[in-house]
Order: sequence, then structure tokens, then C-alpha cells
Amino acid sequence: MSVNWSKYSSPQAFYPLAGRLIPWFAVVAVALMGVGLYMGFFVAPTDFQQGESYRIIFVHVPAAWMSMFLYVVMAVWAGIAMGLNARLSFMMAQAIAPTGAMFTFLALLTGAMWGKPTWGAWWVWDARLTSELILLFQYAGVMLLRTSIDDLRRADRSSAVFSLVGVVNVPIIYFSVQWWNTLHQGASVSMSTGSKMAATMLTAMLLMTVAFWLYSIAVILARARCIMIERESQPVWDEKPAVIPEAVEAR
Amino acid sequence: MQWGSASEFFAMGGYGLYVWTSFVATALCMVWEVLALWRRRAAARAEQRAALLGGTDETAA
Repeated sequence: MSVNWSKYSSPQAFYPLAGRLIPWFAVVAVALMGVGLYMGFFVAPTDFQQGESYRIIFVHVPAAWMSMFLYVVMAVWAGIAMGLNARLSFMMAQAIAPTGAMFTFLALLTGAMWGKPTWGAWWVWDARLTSELILLFQYAGVMLLRTSIDDLRRADRSSAVFSLVGVVNVPIIYFSVQWWNTLHQGASVSMSTGSKMAATMLTAMLLMTVAFWLYSIAVILARARCIMIERESQPVWDEKPAVIPEAVEAR
Repeated sequence: MQWGSASEFFAMGGYGLYVWTSFVATALCMVWEVLALWRRRAAARAEQRAALLGGTDETAA
């Protein structure tokens, strides 16, 4: 069976589809978060070096991964939008930025909560921390650029160009712990050397990562739907148009 | 399991402040984001409804 994906590239078709998908992503995200938190707090053992403080990893690493991943996804949508001049793609790029910024903020905050007991400092100007802070400014830039330009098409294109240029920072963040001598510890999970963690720790962290990922999909789809209502002067493409009964009554 | 009691669990081996701040802040951000989207959706739909009703009035007049 083949699915005609191009059918969903129009906002009119995307809107109800997203509406049907959101509850599934949300339910699975909450369930996986429950299992992940249980494993993280009750199954995973105490770390022999860092004691219980290491448990911050179960929100810190998923948040940091999402902050980088969402930026790349946002830049990809921005690129598609610029190439095809596609309305839906511009809306998707716009919908991703606030969630990406939130995860970047959380990665920095939980990092500070981990840094204080392990390094003795909330913040150091280390390559990993500094490049992640720059990522937060990039998200802020993408969003501010949009709100500061009144013309929608120019706002779309300017923030798309800004996000595309900024994507170079993502590999810098990722490889910063290898390229420079950082205080931040190296990768806990690596493609070449595998995991350096206990199996239950790794499982809990991966469960939380998948949960954060599904959460992001749900909120981004929900935000994209809001953006569609806000932008389009046409009637909502909802399954049950809320407009009709009142419109009939008004006559 | 490594926790002898509830207070031991909340103390997190002396790192309770750092661990719980991290988890509570993350939870608050997510709940806030969902509520903000809920409000944004309600506002957008209300505005659209108002615009559409205004439109039908114009055509009727």
C-alpha cells in the first residue's frame, strides 16, 4: 500500500491529520516518561563516582539532545521552505523554535544543577557550555527576527536564513568535548565505543529521550495547528467546525 | 532498590536540592508549554470565530 505523502503537504490536509496524531504521541510520551522515571530513580544503581547527583542525567542528556536535534529539524524545514517556497514548511520551522529554546534552557539549567556539586561551579566558560548558550541565543534570534518583521513572507524568509546559517553550531556543540579540553565530561554514549554506563542507567536515559522526542512532536504539531488558525483567514479545517452552529444562530 | 525510606529518597544522598530542582524545573516547563498552547489555541479559534461571524453579518447586510 502506498501513501500519497504530498497530499499532506497542504495545511488543509495536515491540520486534521495532526489533530488525530497528537493524542497518540502525547499518551506514549507520558507512559514512557513514567517508565523512564521509575527506572531512573528505582532501578538504576548509584554511580560509584558521582553518587546520586548523576541522576540529573535522566533529564539533562535528553534535554540537551533535543535542543540540538530540534535545531537541525528546524533548519531542515527552513531549507525545504526556502527551496520549495512551501507555506507548511515555514509554519513547521516556526512551530519548532519555542520547544527547541525550552529544551536548550533546560539543558543549561540542569547542567548548572549538575555542575555545582561535581565541579563546584554553576557555570564555566567551557566550549560545550558556551556553544550551548550560543544555541539558546540562536533560538531567541530566530523567534525575535520573526516577531520584529511585520511582513509575514519577509519574516518567514529572514528567520529561515538565520536558522540555516546557525546550523553550523550544532556539530560544534556535539564535538566540543573532543575538539577542546573541556571540563564537561565526554560523551556517555558513542557510536564508536558504545556506552560507558550501566545497562539500567542507559535504558532509563534512552526511555526519557524517546519520551522527550514524542513530547516534542506532540507540542510542535499542536503549535503548528495554532499557527495555521492564526495565519489563515479561511475557515478552520477541523473535523467539527466550531463556527457553523453559531453562524446559523446568528442569522 | 537503594532507598531505605522516603526521606532517604528525597535527600538523594545529599544532592536532593540539585536533583529535584532539575526534575521539577523540567516538569514545570513542559506543563507550562502545554497550558500556553491550550490558551493560544482557544484564543486563535475565538478570534477566527469572531472574524467569520463578522463576515457572515457583512454578507447578510
